Amino acid sequence: MIVEGRELTIGYADHTVGSGLNVKLETGEVLALLGPNGGGKTTLLKTLLGLLKPKAGEVQLGGKALGAYSIRQRARSIAYVPQVHVGTFAFSVETVVLMGRSAHGNLFSRPSAHDRDVAHAALERFGIARLSQRPYTEISGGERQLALLARALAQEPQFIVLDEPTASLDFGNQGKVMREIKALARSSHGVLFTTHDPNHALRAADRAFLLRDGTRIAEGPVASVLNRAQLEALYGSPVEQLADPETGGAAFLPGW
Amino acid sequence: MTRSALPGLAIATAVLVLGLLLAFTVGRYPVSLGDLVSVLLAKATGGPQHVSDAVQSVVLQVRGPRVLAAVMVGAALAVAGTAFQGLFRNPLVSPDILGASSGAALGAVIGIFFSLGIFAIQGLAFVGGLVAVAAVYVIGSMVRARDPILVLVLTGVVVGALLGAGVGLVKYLADPYNQLPAMTFWLLGSLAATDVSDLLPLFGPVALGTAVLIALRWRMNVMSLPEEEARSLGVSTGPLRVVIVAAATLVTSASVATAGIIGWVGLVVPHLARSLVGPDFARLLPAAAILGGGYLLLIDTLARTMAQVEIPLGILTAVVGTPFFIWLLAHMQRNWS
Repeated sequence: MIVEGRELTIGYADHTVGSGLNVKLETGEVLALLGPNGGGKTTLLKTLLGLLKPKAGEVQLGGKALGAYSIRQRARSIAYVPQVHVGTFAFSVETVVLMGRSAHGNLFSRPSAHDRDVAHAALERFGIARLSQRPYTEISGGERQLALLARALAQEPQFIVLDEPTASLDFGNQGKVMREIKALARSSHGVLFTTHDPNHALRAADRAFLLRDGTRIAEGPVASVLNRAQLEALYGSPVEQLADPETGGAAFLPGW
Repeated sequence: MTRSALPGLAIATAVLVLGLLLAFTVGRYPVSLGDLVSVLLAKATGGPQHVSDAVQSVVLQVRGPRVLAAVMVGAALAVAGTAFQGLFRNPLVSPDILGASSGAALGAVIGIFFSLGIFAIQGLAFVGGLVAVAAVYVIGSMVRARDPILVLVLTGVVVGALLGAGVGLVKYLADPYNQLPAMTFWLLGSLAATDVSDLLPLFGPVALGTAVLIALRWRMNVMSLPEEEARSLGVSTGPLRVVIVAAATLVTSASVATAGIIGWVGLVVPHLARSLVGPDFARLLPAAAILGGGYLLLIDTLARTMAQVEIPLGILTAVVGTPFFIWLLAHMQRNWS
């Protein structure tokens, strides 16, 4: 299955953020969206999720206009993992993950035994089943991110879209979340995530999409797109590239 | 399985039962527990009464309607407050946040000003509450904004202030010897004048609105998430918000029309219920309904037995509610579990 934005003009009622954008995400691959703040990453994300209507062009899901899907059908195909937040109410982790089942029931239905099984399997997968009765507000940032991932998985979608999944996490949890992102692609999900760190894209993504001032700078396999010249053009500031002579792996440092 | 809600629900039910027993037995005319049971049993089974007519009349005619009204009003305000706190993602919200109480107040004082009958006054209060919230909703929807919830709350505050000015104007123009005391009494809230004929117009809207909110309790969890997150989970937030606001306004307006303005119940009881059964709306809404009924019943019993004269409910709920709320602020700043 494919979710695809064609010739998108994105933005809000009062201003346009970007135009002429073509994005394609297939199941089984990871696409990283990189770019400076205010460059349109979040707007593009919301447009692909169907939360924001494109001002021109069309988002298609499985060859059909996204707008033709009901909000429930959409939620069963594309899940959204927002930036980690502390909620207003201290729901248990299990309750949070069960909310991912909303699109599978009707307006009045209570979670079924199957819903609970799916939620529990998602908790198990991310290794946080032991937290299921803990208040979501009292677990660590990394655990919250995993809980939101579990909620997305409980939606049983083909695609998962994550907004800065590694921001505000400690070093160890950043690695853990990137590993889970790669694992999601192996279980034939299509994953799109935004990040401020090109190293995270290099590590977890197959392809990268570089967005600056609402325009695509480059797109393609991470190994060919993510290099010093491209990143300097993207962020408008110097970048240092390190290479490991043994593995051929690369990493980037900002500044100087 | 999740932590059982049973202990919490049992405590809420115990409060309600305690409230019922006290409300029927305590007062200027004390009724013994045995007499209460035999009156109610005889009434329920249609059997002969073994208790004096005076006791029967106290239980069935005097206290019965008032007890039922207190339970309904308390449950209604608590459920509406719980729903609004979730919808507006803010635990400091009460059922009158969108102007239901101020609209009802204006309707009632206008009714009193024109010396209308009690039913006309209650009808005007009910309609006033509904119209005020509908106006807030329409105005709020016309303002195009990224955060519809915030616009709605701000519109409610502004319209509420305008309606408050209207209430002030009518009070200023009212006859200070007859009408003004009646208005003041109504605005402070009381169940003293409740009789059997009040029960049906109260029960209908309260039962309908409460049933709708409790039926939607599983979706209320998702509705308490940020707008876009809720939509990405497959919930049509716009239409659902209209239904929830309408149901909560229906129960609030019916309560205010019967009992006048009783603050704090819709603010305090949801927090008490949350401390009993947790924040999951699936169990919180039923618990809040039960606890709200018991809570207002206890307060109302206090109101009519504490002193020689009846103390207005709105004053008692504030006296009990304020210290409780300060304690709440001090202890639950970080999370509203």
